Order: sequence, then C-alpha cells, then structure tokens
Amino acid sequence: MTMTPTVQSTPEDATKLAAFEARIAAGEHIEPKDWMPERYRRQLIRMMSQHAHSECVGMLPEGNWITRAPSLRRKMTLLAKVQDEAGHGHYIYCATETLGVSRDELLDELHAGKAKYSSIFNYPTLTWADIGVIGWFVDGAAIVNQTVLAKASYGPYARAMIRICKEENFHKRQGYEICAVMSQGTDAQKAMLQDAVNRWWWPSLMMFGPPDSASSNSDELLRWKVKRYTNDELRQRFVNLTVPQAQAINVALPDPDLAYDPTSGSWRFGAIDWNEFWAVVKGHGPLNRERVAARKAAHDDGAWVRAAAEAHAAKRAARSTAAA
Amino acid sequence: MANETTGSQWPLWEVFTQAETGDPHEHAGSLHAVDGEQAIQNARDVFGRRGKVVSLWVVPAEAIVASVPSDAGPMFEPGNEAAYRHPQFYKVPRGVRIY
Amino acid sequence: MGYGTLPDEPEFGAGSDAPAPVAPLSDRAAKVVRTATSGIADNPHVEYLLRLADDRLILGQRLSEWCGHAPILEEDIALANIALDLIGEASLLLAHAGELEGHGRTNDQLAYFRDETAFRNVQLVELPNGDFAETIARVFFFSALQVPLLEQLERSTDATLAGIAAKARKEATYHLRHAGDWMLKLGDGTDESHARLQRAVEHLWPYVHELTWGDAVDDALAASGVAADVRLLAGAWRSSVERVAQAATIALPADGWKATGGRIGRHTEHLGHVLAELQSLTRAHPGATW
Repeated sequence: MTMTPTVQSTPEDATKLAAFEARIAAGEHIEPKDWMPERYRRQLIRMMSQHAHSECVGMLPEGNWITRAPSLRRKMTLLAKVQDEAGHGHYIYCATETLGVSRDELLDELHAGKAKYSSIFNYPTLTWADIGVIGWFVDGAAIVNQTVLAKASYGPYARAMIRICKEENFHKRQGYEICAVMSQGTDAQKAMLQDAVNRWWWPSLMMFGPPDSASSNSDELLRWKVKRYTNDELRQRFVNLTVPQAQAINVALPDPDLAYDPTSGSWRFGAIDWNEFWAVVKGHGPLNRERVAARKAAHDDGAWVRAAAEAHAAKRAARSTAAA
Repeated sequence: MANETTGSQWPLWEVFTQAETGDPHEHAGSLHAVDGEQAIQNARDVFGRRGKVVSLWVVPAEAIVASVPSDAGPMFEPGNEAAYRHPQFYKVPRGVRIY
Repeated sequence: MGYGTLPDEPEFGAGSDAPAPVAPLSDRAAKVVRTATSGIADNPHVEYLLRLADDRLILGQRLSEWCGHAPILEEDIALANIALDLIGEASLLLAHAGELEGHGRTNDQLAYFRDETAFRNVQLVELPNGDFAETIARVFFFSALQVPLLEQLERSTDATLAGIAAKARKEATYHLRHAGDWMLKLGDGTDESHARLQRAVEHLWPYVHELTWGDAVDDALAASGVAADVRLLAGAWRSSVERVAQAATIALPADGWKATGGRIGRHTEHLGHVLAELQSLTRAHPGATW
C-alpha cells in the first residue's frame, strides 16, 4: 500500500507534529477534534476498520454452530458470544466514524472485497470442537492484542477496547471450558478436540500478523502508540500463555519444535508458514469468497428494510411538521 | 419522496447510561438510528446487554454543542488555577472537624 | 402417469416370500390405537409446560438462524437478544416439565431426544423464517399473545411456573415493542416494505389461530389454577394486533383455512428439518457430556 508523504514540511505542520508527538510521549490521548497527522488518521482507519470487519465476519464461522450446539446451555452461551461480536463490531465502527469515514463507506469496501479482516475467519468450522478451540485460541489471541490496544493513544479506540475487553472476558473461558469438558469425554470427543487444535493452532499464531522483520507499519504505529508491542512480542506472549493451558487438558500442540527455553522463560516454537499467511491475506484462503459473499448478501437483502425505516421516519417527521 | 434512498447514513445518536439510580448518566458510545424509539431500542441492546443499566438517554449527536480543543486554555485553565474554590485552600485549627 | 402393468397375482399372494398372515386374525384393525399424536395427555400439567416450552425453543431456534445475516448490525444484536430470551425461557420450562414428569428427564434430554410428534409447539413457530417482514410479523403475532398470557401465568398456583412467567413477561413485553415498532416502519415505510409485510401477514394468518387453541389440557389446568385458559385471550390478542395493524396500514386477512394440530404433535413438514439440525450432534453422541 502506498501512502502520500506525511508532512509537506510547512513550518506550521512541523510545529503541530512536534506538539502532537510530545502529547503522545506524555501519555495523553488524542481526541477526534484534535489535530493529528494525516498518516496517523489513515493508519487508525486502516487498523480500526480491519478490527471492526473482523468482528462482523467473525460472526459467521461461529454462527455456523448456533443451531447445532449440543446442549441448551451451549446454545445460549454461543449465541450470546456471537451477539457480542456484533456489538463489538458496532463499537469499533462507531469509533472509526469519529475519524471522518462513514460505516457505509467501510462496509462498501468490505463487500467489494477490498477491505481486510482477520484471516482466521477464512477457515471453516468443521466440528463442534472448533467452537471450543476458537474461543480458546482465537479469542485468547484477541485478548492479548486488545488488552494492549486498550492503551492506544486514540481516545475513542482505547475506550471501545476497554469496553470490549471487559465483555470478552467470558469468551475465552467459554471456549476453554468447551475444550476441557471434551478432553474428559468420549474417545470420539477427544479425537474431535485434537483435530480442531491441529487445524487452528498455526492460523492462530498468524493472527498476530507478519513477523517484525516483514511488518511495514510497525515502527510508526509504535511511536504514535497506536500499537504498544510488536507482532512477535505479542505472539510470544500468546504462546507462553497457551502452552500450559494445553498441557492442563492433555491436548498436544502440533509443533514438534515447541520447547521450553529456561533462559528466556519462553516457549520456542517452530517456523510459521508465511506463504500460507500471505495467500489467505490475498484472498486465497478456504472461505474468503464465501465469507464476504455472506456479509454482502445480508446487507443487500436488507436494503429494503433500511429504506423502509428511513422512509417511515421521514413520513413521521413530515406529519409532525404539518401538525405543528 | 426525498428520503427514500438507501445507502444514506442514518442519523448519529449519543448514548448515556445510568448504572444505578442516583448515579450520573455517563456517555457509553454512539449509534445510528432513524428515530428516537429505534435509538432507545438499539441502545438497550447494544449498551444494556449486561444488565448494568437502569436508565438510558439518547441524544441526536447534532444537538450537542462542544468546546473545541483550541478553547481548552481560555475555557478551563483559569478555573483550574482558582485554588480558593477547593476546600484545601482554607486552614482550620488542628483537631476540629468542620463537616 | 400410470403405474405400469399390474401383476396377475397379488404381491403378497401364495408363492411370494411375504410373511405368513397372523392367525387367527385379531379384531385390532377396528381399534383406535393411542399414539403420540392422539391428543390424550397423561399429565396435563407436563403437557402444558411442554407447549409453552416448545413454542419458545423452536421460535428461538428459528431466530438464531438470523445471527450474522440481519439487515443491519443493530438488528443482528436485537434478534439474537430475542432468541436468547426465548431459549432461556424454554430451558427453564423444560427443566420444570422434566421434574414434574418424574422420569428423570433433563431439559436437554427433552429438547434433544424427543421426536417430531412429541413436540407440542404451534405450527406458526416452525415455519421457515422467510424474509425480514415474515420474521417480524411472526414475533409480533406470537408476542402479542404472550404478554397477556404471561400476565395471568404470573398468578399460577404452580409457583415455579409463576416465577418463570414473571421473568418472561418482561421479556415478551420488550419483544412486542421491538416487533411492533418494525411493523410500523415496514407497514408505513416504502411501497416495497408495505407489500412485503402485507404478504407476510397473509402468509402467516392461517397459523395465528392456533395460538389461542385449547383443549382438555387447558380445561384441566384452568380448573386447578395452574394456567389461564388461552381461548379466553383471543379477544385481547385480536384487539392488540388490530391496533398495530391499523397504524401500520396493514389489512388483516379474512379467516379462511386454519392450521391446527401442533399442540397434539401433528406438525408441518418443516419441524422435522428444524429438529434434524437442532438435535444432530447431540444424537450422534448419545450419553456424551458437552
């Protein structure tokens, strides 16, 4: 992605930029009406819209199992979780709109296949165990990311993240509980669980984005406190958290190179297949086309509903004006 | 009919929630809705799902008049410096409770 | 289209490998053998709770199909909320039914291991979702009955049912408000939305009468103060529906053919498919814990 140069280097802009960076360095938050460099605004729109799209597209793989959840309790808790994802997409779209871009514009980009969202949702949920493993891995990874984003420098994003982190606390526990119960279950359940872990482990590690050596955006995002840690730092934190959880429920992680390193206190893991990562990002994952088509269909099929609401409000407004 | 277009953005509403009676209404976020009833319903579903809300306000965003960042100095700094508005400014004899 | 040439001899005649006739022939052919859909309830109280529960379970299941596919993100959240309320109510009601039945069946066993003919919901709730207008009209028709019904059930002599009804009435009141608001928006919106809602109302109309259908189960429970006689609520339902329909500029159809049978286990063909989906995983692993 090419971006126009940040500053046209007028003395005024240079002064504003210096003041802006000083505020961030001092730990202040930037609010919508404050001056900000165009690149900061664009980077935020890019990150936040990807995040919002991910929440919405993320409803689909899990939504796939709501009608087949194996008990009433599981059905309700999954429905509540997927509903939260809609709510969180909503929060972040609203926060993104404070940067001067409308939700409709963002949705148009998503539906045209131009916007990015987390590639993890382009993988299929084949069995019920996938629902447990998504909660455990994917929400676990999201929490690692979002806890950090809650300290981001842009006020509306940070506030949305604080609310989301509070609400998402239960998502990971829900997923891990599903896995823990299955790990104590029948042979078929144990096999189902291990299979899901095998399929989701590597894509989950890819959720943190390309390695620092290949991440074009990282430096600036870190300096402006849009991000607080690098992709690799967060990935390592996730692995360190997850390995003991896997051991506790007797599940094997599909990486022969996974080993504890006593000097660093970290779990070293094997090489990630970045070719797969880039292929999925570029639209060649198993379900990229289906996911976008499903969201687009929902939006297109709903056009008449949204038009009706607008028309009704206009009629009512006209009537009350006429009556006045 | 002027408004029968799709794709136009619905008006923006700011949502304020009260967690318990007696508490202030606090800003929770914003949402889009075509009218007040829809705004209240959406606010209930979006911001009140976890049952920590006893009252909701929805306000058309365009009705809010806000100070601008450049006002911050003239508007707020004089007040911050008026130490005599804070109780600690006044000295009372040691050992006396005055409230 | 014909059936081809009929064989000279009856298929099961002498020389075929059909089993020998049962001898001596009994008088069984002339008896009404009682089955799941005979409309006879051993325990009216349990039967009544199943009717309340199954309405909610199946409508909740249908509404949850919308999740991720609603016309606008806010409505994904709203429809999921309604589905959650209904499934939550169903879960409590089924648990209570299982206890009263006394065969040790849990709410999950009742939800996941009963066949179509053992379900006691009205046919209205099992029909496919259709478009958003059908979905809204169905929630509206259903909730317009639940509000007055649950008001009465709050005073049930069955304290557990009264407690569930108190919670459910608040939920139903909101469902009615939400669906009612959409009835106005769709009915008095654009030409297209009006036409779609009118069509939805006409499509669903034959199925609304079953909401206030009653039988000996209602007689028995009304007598013991456990339940309200739902037949007596038909007038209240009609007037609340008329009020909204009028404001929404929707014409209520004349009564014609009326669906019936859901309450005694005689359903549309759709219910089997709903249950195939709902129950498939659980039935594939009987005895497993999830």
